[in-house]
Amino acid sequence: MIRKGKYATAEEMAAAQREISVAEFFAKNRHLLGFDNPAKAVLTTVREAVDNSLDACEEAGILPEIHVEIRNVAARKEGQQLLLEGANGNKKQRGFGGADRLIVSVQDNGPGIVKEQIPKIFGKLLYGSKFHRLRMSRGQQGIGISAAALYSQLTTGQQATITSRTGGRAKPHRFRVGIDLAKNAPEARDAEIGEKEEVAQGTKVVLEIEGRYQKHGKSVDEYLKETAVANPHSKIVFKDPDGNETVHERASKELPPPAKEIKPHPYGVELGVLINMMRDTGSRTVKGFLQTDFSRVSPDKAAQILKHAGISEGYHPKTIARDQADRLYEGIQQTRLMAPPTDCLAPIGEAQLVAGLKKEFDAEFYTSTTRPPDVYRGNPFQIEAALAFGGKLPAEEPAQVLRFANRVPLLYQAGACAISKAVVGTSWRNYNLQQPKGSPPIGPLVLVVHMASVWVPFTSEAKEAIASYDEILKEIKLALQECGRRVGTHVNKSRRAADEARKRGYIDMYLPHIGIALQQILKLSDAERNKTCTDLKAILEKTRKAD
Amino acid sequence: MATKRKATAAQKGKDARAKVVIDQITDVAGSLHGTIGKRGSPRLDFPSRTLANVVYDEKQGYFEIGKQKVERALTYNTVKTFAQTLRFMALSKEMIERNDFATKRDAYYQSKNWGEAKFDEQPESDAVMDDVEALFSTYDVSREDLRFHPEEHGGAVAGQLVVLDADSETGETIEIDCTRFGSGSYTIPHSVEGLGFRTDARFILAIETGGIFERLNYHKYWQKANCILVELGGVPTRATRRFIRRLSEHRGKPFIPVYAFTDCDPYAFANIYRTLKVGSGNAAHISRFFCVPQATFLGVTPQDILDHKLMDATHKLLEVDIKRAKDALKNDPFFQMQPKWQKAVRQQMAMGVRAEQQAFAKWDLNYVMDKYLPAKLKNPKSFLP
Repeated sequence: MIRKGKYATAEEMAAAQREISVAEFFAKNRHLLGFDNPAKAVLTTVREAVDNSLDACEEAGILPEIHVEIRNVAARKEGQQLLLEGANGNKKQRGFGGADRLIVSVQDNGPGIVKEQIPKIFGKLLYGSKFHRLRMSRGQQGIGISAAALYSQLTTGQQATITSRTGGRAKPHRFRVGIDLAKNAPEARDAEIGEKEEVAQGTKVVLEIEGRYQKHGKSVDEYLKETAVANPHSKIVFKDPDGNETVHERASKELPPPAKEIKPHPYGVELGVLINMMRDTGSRTVKGFLQTDFSRVSPDKAAQILKHAGISEGYHPKTIARDQADRLYEGIQQTRLMAPPTDCLAPIGEAQLVAGLKKEFDAEFYTSTTRPPDVYRGNPFQIEAALAFGGKLPAEEPAQVLRFANRVPLLYQAGACAISKAVVGTSWRNYNLQQPKGSPPIGPLVLVVHMASVWVPFTSEAKEAIASYDEILKEIKLALQECGRRVGTHVNKSRRAADEARKRGYIDMYLPHIGIALQQILKLSDAERNKTCTDLKAILEKTRKAD
Repeated sequence: MATKRKATAAQKGKDARAKVVIDQITDVAGSLHGTIGKRGSPRLDFPSRTLANVVYDEKQGYFEIGKQKVERALTYNTVKTFAQTLRFMALSKEMIERNDFATKRDAYYQSKNWGEAKFDEQPESDAVMDDVEALFSTYDVSREDLRFHPEEHGGAVAGQLVVLDADSETGETIEIDCTRFGSGSYTIPHSVEGLGFRTDARFILAIETGGIFERLNYHKYWQKANCILVELGGVPTRATRRFIRRLSEHRGKPFIPVYAFTDCDPYAFANIYRTLKVGSGNAAHISRFFCVPQATFLGVTPQDILDHKLMDATHKLLEVDIKRAKDALKNDPFFQMQPKWQKAVRQQMAMGVRAEQQAFAKWDLNYVMDKYLPAKLKNPKSFLP
């Protein structure tokens, strides 16, 4: 509608509004979803696929074995143009320029996917997440493989290919999965499997994307290496575009226990979430709602909360008005409640972390510690720290810090992360390490910090840095200090051993010269000189022991 | 050695000294050897060289080392220095037997023969040599006795003196007449231990600047005044101080008087004269060899500036001069015990000027010889201590 005056009328504004399409949302929020540059796009794609594989294997009780491959491919211009112009009339997304076309393939030995599951996997994008149930899972972090599939489709026009077999006796399936841009809905179509092709049990996801593969820095290689450290029960094989294969062997046969769901703790829900929960609840009274939908709320406590809020117990949750919800929220904060259960947390484990580190880093000393669970804002969490020192690690550089949340490596925004702040804030000088002011320690050191939680607090939507809550910082520092104490003792011990060796060396080096000098001055015979040297050695051994 | 050695007085003196030193070295080594044989605890005793163990004795006139000792026992920590110390002792004995010497640099290079015990850098070698010197100072044996010569020679000497040296090969006495150098002079060698002297001079004049020395030498002042001229050339070296000391005392008591003649400024008082007189504080254990306690200060004093009307031939005292003067009055034990010196330094600070010994040229080129020195020498008892 053409505007009549300078300012728009409500009708004109209404006419201009339309539903924002998936493609547009994606284009405007690429950075939130992890696709802001070609290199990161590759990383995000791999990460989503690998996370899914690990989750699936663990849920099925299978020791994961994952094969990741990245191949360069020539552009297929024709097909690309065709597909995108056909949908909505939206023009093709401009490419990144300087990016390659890559095929990313991730194969696992997991339980496989049945056809009915596909929409769930690809339909999660932009679907309102339900916060009502909390689990310690990798998936909390990513936006899901659907974002990668969408990205792939937008940049190359190709659809994702998923091959799956749910068991030795089941038939293997292959699907092409894409997103119907017009309908904004996922779609899956059968595809053919070659007769001679062998498909093992598990799932294989293949995506063609615009991206750039880089070997160093925040790379797929680094990501997989760190994943191997935090998941020593898994075997990960990576083949890069040049054909080089890196194998991260399994270091432990223990699967982590399956993640247990817990209900949210009242302290942890914000007002908006509380309102949503009341809207979705199955309870018919607000008292019942409090008892059933939350953890740690007994009938007594529920009554207390409602008393504080001045709301009658029999109210139907769906009829609660906004101001009543406010008072309910206040009432919760005012009532003393027991801390949430912590058995929903599955830390990596001290032995596992050490095994993981040993696998990936060639050092001389390893140690690890797991803190007892703690709570921040109603959410249970647990911190683990591990450390590798000495050996072949570079001695003159700052310590390498590996950050993990729910077993997923965090590669970006190190500066904003609570883990980095805790590392810098710990006084490593107390443990015989060098540390410039405001920096991590310098030396042959790799530090690992893992936060396990049903809800990891991130500093931004990008979910790459952990927020610095006091409780979290405190726990991380305590864990680091424990590791620091142990490495400090180790450094002392090896220094003393080195001193010992040096002392013994001195005796052998300089002793003969005393003998020679005395021989010259006193005109001793060779035999007398040798006796003197023997006596000297005995005397010196005595003094060495005396220390 | 094919040539027969003539047993001359100078040589006899040298030989006797050499024997004393060799005996001392052998003693120390032998004692160590004995202790080692008994599997006891071998140790070397050094005088404690801290300030706490340094005393300025007015009667003696120099910084003296106290009785405190530092025992260095043989442990794996000290085994390297022990080995190097003993090696130096062995080297010393060898040099005496061969009638040779080594400079600090020579000694450092010799150590390259010692396998792992060798010195990597000169300062390490110097440090161990200092230790050896300290060790033997308790036995009244000097570094020069051990044939470790300093790099610097002494100053110039001219005047009524015959120096008796010995030929290094034949042992024959060499007589060096210090009146016969023309406009030149005799240079004090690095080590003066073996020298003999023959003189009837009335006094020794220790002169700071080359300019005055040249003038006095050229006009044969030493003949007129029957004295010996020694050029200090700034802060006098060990060799120079030792030479003057031995020369002054060689006749026994009464010693030949030593008069110092320097510029009038705090550096000349606190560094040049003071070092000549009492040695240096941090080498107190060897001071008693290397200073001249009997020296007195002829000039130029602040009072002389006034008496000889040199005010217009002076220069202002600089910041650094004033600082040095204050430092001497406050921290130097020598000045702290000398009220006459304190008065003189304060007088100079009040006057705010300094004067060079060559300033007398204002009146006449030879005023210093013709008027100044004779006037001062009429009353040696008035010289500053």
